[in-house]
Amino acid sequence: MPARKGKRTAGAPRRAAPRKAAVAVQPAARHRIQVTVNGRPYEAEVEARTLLVYFLRDMLGLTGTHVGCDTTSCGACTILLNGEPVKSCTMFAVQADGAEILTVEGLARDGELHPLQKAFWEEHGLQCGFCTPGMLMTAYAFLNENPRPSEEEIRVALSGNLCRCTGYMNIVKAVQRAAQEMAAR
Amino acid sequence: MFPAPFEYVAPSTLDQAVRLLQQYGPDARILAGGQSLIPMMRFRLANPRVLIDLNRIPGLDFLEEDRGVLRIGAMVRHRLIERAPLIRQRYPLLADTARVIADPIVRNRGTVGGSVAHADPAGDWGAALLAAKAEVVISGPRGRRISQRTIPLAEFFTGPFMTALEPGEIVTEIRVPASGPREAGAYLKIERKVGDFAVVAVGVQIALDADGVCRKAGIGLCAVGPTSLRAQEAEEWLIGKRLDESTLARAGELAAAAAQPTSDTRGPAEYKRDMVRVLTIRALRKALERIPKA
Repeated sequence: MPARKGKRTAGAPRRAAPRKAAVAVQPAARHRIQVTVNGRPYEAEVEARTLLVYFLRDMLGLTGTHVGCDTTSCGACTILLNGEPVKSCTMFAVQADGAEILTVEGLARDGELHPLQKAFWEEHGLQCGFCTPGMLMTAYAFLNENPRPSEEEIRVALSGNLCRCTGYMNIVKAVQRAAQEMAAR
Repeated sequence: MFPAPFEYVAPSTLDQAVRLLQQYGPDARILAGGQSLIPMMRFRLANPRVLIDLNRIPGLDFLEEDRGVLRIGAMVRHRLIERAPLIRQRYPLLADTARVIADPIVRNRGTVGGSVAHADPAGDWGAALLAAKAEVVISGPRGRRISQRTIPLAEFFTGPFMTALEPGEIVTEIRVPASGPREAGAYLKIERKVGDFAVVAVGVQIALDADGVCRKAGIGLCAVGPTSLRAQEAEEWLIGKRLDESTLARAGELAAAAAQPTSDTRGPAEYKRDMVRVLTIRALRKALERIPKA
């Protein structure tokens, strides 16, 4: 599905402010939220029904996170919410108020690709690339937790991320290579 | 796809949540993990006017054994059940179940209480927790106070996606009888692929006495009826018997007879019924293997 066009303006980056009390206890259709995305604090007003993925893409302009299926099946929209992979199409932006989010844009450091990104490149762990941001985010969280995984463990960990091109062989190889490179550091 | 507009509120206490639910009545829905409700809202199969999010209420995600009961807070995520050492060591039925629900990313958000309250006949927790003889703790309004009532899970499911919850009531806890010394379970699922609902799944929990005679049996069936089903005749058949192969085979037949499958894209009714038989036998074997020898 293409990114939605709208009149919304991007949430302006701002300096971290002290956290105020969470969302009000009266139901409301719009909410002001603060989130930290890739280390950068943002504050924005969102409609209650705005899904987190559209907040990231349309309001913050972080279009690396993809919308693949719209049915909670494919994992292309996977981001890390307080360190855990979640499908950002299956959560409302307002629910992320106060959270730390990591998207694919936050993996590279100082213009240098993350070892996982390099490994996907070296092993040709993608063809069309649509699923890749989700694959990277799931694999990133997985390797943090399990730095020396077996092939089977990698396949299970990635089982919520669908790829319609590669047949997964090179994706698994890329995660194995990244694990080795990261362990060697 | 975007949900219809709604108003959102995230109360910080259970009391507030119950009051809000009472105030907005059938226009309101409870949001737990959201892994079923949010897709339904995107498809506009669910169009609540008010969404009451339980995620900001502390203390609903406990997981502990307490005086002969395993207490599972309604907001416990599937992931925690999958990984908690207590569950892996003492409740293999529940660990088996958690690891085949949806996919690993969905399991990071989805909750046990949400799954039970959603009452999808193809939901895995329904069958597994029926086998475990679980009870549901429900919090709701009583005058100006909040009170709790506890009912057997078997009485909680009243139809497809229908439950015994009254207006203003919220599922807050699942209680499972603590596992005994010679007790174990297993959950087996046939699915077309990871993330799909079960074609058929069966959960079992059995306990033996010192002589190897079955003294406790629970069998739950997933995706073969209007609700998660308990195979009561098969359970009763096992009690008081030594669980040899012919006894297991008969239990499989009785469980298959209890199933009410329908033909759909996941398979013909006849096939599903036979898979209930096969999975029941295999799950019973697996549970037996897991019981330490006396």
